[in-house]
Amino acid sequence: MNIYVLLKRTFDTEEKITISGGKINEDGAEFIINPYDEYAVEEAIQVRDSNGGEVTVISVGTEEAEKQLRTALAMGADKAVLINTEDDVENGDQFTTSKIIAEYLKDKEADLIIGGNVAIDGGSGQVGPRVAELLNIPYVTTITKLEIDGTNVTVTRDVEGDSEVIETSLPLLVTAQQGLNEPRYPSLPGIMKAKKKPLDELELDDLDLEEDDVEAKTKTIEIYLPPKKEAGKVLSGELNDQVKELVHLLHTEAKVV
Amino acid sequence: MTRKVLVLGETRDGSLRNVSFEAIAAAKTVADGGEVIGVLIGENVSALGTELVQYGADRVVVVEGEKLKQYTSDGYAQALLAVIEKESPEGLVLGHTSQGKDLSPRIAAKLSSGLISDTTAVEVAGGNVVFTRPIYSGKAFEKKIVTDGLIFATVRPNNIAPLAKDESRSGEVASLSVEIKDLRAIIKEVVRKASEGVDLSEAKVVISGGRGVKSAEGFEPLKELANVLGGAVGASRGACDADYCDYSLQIGQTGKVVTPDLYIACGISGAIQHLAGMSNSKVIVAINKDPEANIFKVADYGIVGDLFEVVPLLTEEFKKLKVHS
Ligand SMILES: Cc1cc2nc3c(=O)[nH]c(=O)nc-3n(C[C@H](O)[C@H](O)[C@H](O)COP(=O)(O)OP(=O)(O)OC[C@H]3O[C@@H](n4cnc5c(N)ncnc54)[C@H](O)[C@@H]3O)c2cc1C
Repeated sequence: MNIYVLLKRTFDTEEKITISGGKINEDGAEFIINPYDEYAVEEAIQVRDSNGGEVTVISVGTEEAEKQLRTALAMGADKAVLINTEDDVENGDQFTTSKIIAEYLKDKEADLIIGGNVAIDGGSGQVGPRVAELLNIPYVTTITKLEIDGTNVTVTRDVEGDSEVIETSLPLLVTAQQGLNEPRYPSLPGIMKAKKKPLDELELDDLDLEEDDVEAKTKTIEIYLPPKKEAGKVLSGELNDQVKELVHLLHTEAKVV
Repeated sequence: MTRKVLVLGETRDGSLRNVSFEAIAAAKTVADGGEVIGVLIGENVSALGTELVQYGADRVVVVEGEKLKQYTSDGYAQALLAVIEKESPEGLVLGHTSQGKDLSPRIAAKLSSGLISDTTAVEVAGGNVVFTRPIYSGKAFEKKIVTDGLIFATVRPNNIAPLAKDESRSGEVASLSVEIKDLRAIIKEVVRKASEGVDLSEAKVVISGGRGVKSAEGFEPLKELANVLGGAVGASRGACDADYCDYSLQIGQTGKVVTPDLYIACGISGAIQHLAGMSNSKVIVAINKDPEANIFKVADYGIVGDLFEVVPLLTEEFKKLKVHS
């Protein structure tokens, strides 16, 4: 089976966010594989191990994403492709990214494409379904279970806490939700092997794309931090009185009940 | 510049979801004096058209059919695209719900348009329609505009105030017939886990329990409090991992994102991944034994104490308040 994983390098969840020069300050920040994409990598490896085939991990970004691609290879993916847009794309959006990925995938005859359901930095969750539409294949988002039998696929999907069991078929794109699996940590031999696995680097040119073809349709005009919260009021005194005071404050000061 | 804007009205169990009324309010801003058209897709949904009008839509287009009984991306995309083709709108607004998240990127790809997802505010400034949206799990915000083509956005539930319902408003509810072809993904079964009571992502009040709740039974006092306040019960991952409750209740980076008017965290330490799901709530109350718990840093009000003592007292006190007001 020909399996592709869409992977994004994101800020580590624990990082504090600061802004400099109107942008999110990346200096010294730790980066990780977007946590939902980690589920995607794990699932791809498991599907390959039970059905045979090959897992290729793709990332659109800058050279720095090589590190996260190597981690995916160390987990067990077979090949990685970095589509380096550093020189060509200054302010891409989800239109940009999905167009590039679809252009790369269009002649690859992918059976299964797996991505995360959302990236924890931008939080749009658009790229997966957009790619599926551009490739004209079905998709199922926020999946928690994937069963493949020949070309028939049964997927369980999380819908705001309820589950839907969906029947569909390959070729297919799915996006991963928490609960799909437990991503493995790269093993030491895995890390050693990953160094020798192929990691190709492409640019827009290699995909016959011009900068204009992928020009963003949206633009960020301002980034700001939420107003600092005033230190909250921790109540004191007899517990009974605290509770009375709290209800009073919620009713008259905060006016939420 | 006035614009014609479509809004998809989302139904759940036969009624419209609140977020659809909020989406109409957002669409009004985008329309800037232009026409707002509600769209309803489903089986036997046309009766809901009037309500969309009462919440501000000027008229409604309904696409009905047996194949549209349940949401599928294939079916709904065909229906919505047919309405878009007929109406040629300049704007499109959906709720940022499970359905909106699944459908909107596909529509955007089909139309080669931009899409600004998960917005919490919209305004017209300097001739542009400017959307605000949280990024980095609510640790920062961005303002965004569409630079080319359709102004397309999804709105996060509970953030944009709906217009007041006006029962005297009237508008046309017309149906459009669309032949739905070839559904490539079919829903075999729906397993309901979360749907009892108030929907978590739309609730105005959320009472959340963490590992401090200690057991499944420990959630009972929280449920009672939620009942009194007409709210929903949520949880930390700690509580879900410990099997005190279902994962459908999890709030946080890998769970639901909620922005209720009131969020009461009971026995939750306030890990960064939990904050990612609730820190933009309007008012946060923390109840925790440990005065050093991180949750107090984001709380507007805090009580240091045992939740099993505090929560029942709170329930009693709110009951009294409800009787008086
Ligand atoms: C990749 C990743 C994703 C994650 N995603 C999420 C997510 O989406 N949501 C989420 O919530 N977490 C998430 N986590 C987990 C998160 O880091 C924390 O482990 C989790 O939130 C802790 O849950 P808790 O606060 O209930 O438990 P604890 O941290 O154990 O806190 C329990 C609290 O209860 C208090 N307490 C105990 N008994 C009482 C009592 N009787 N009365 C009052 N207070 C009491 C204690 O003082 C303590 O503060 C994620 C972690 C990772 C690594």
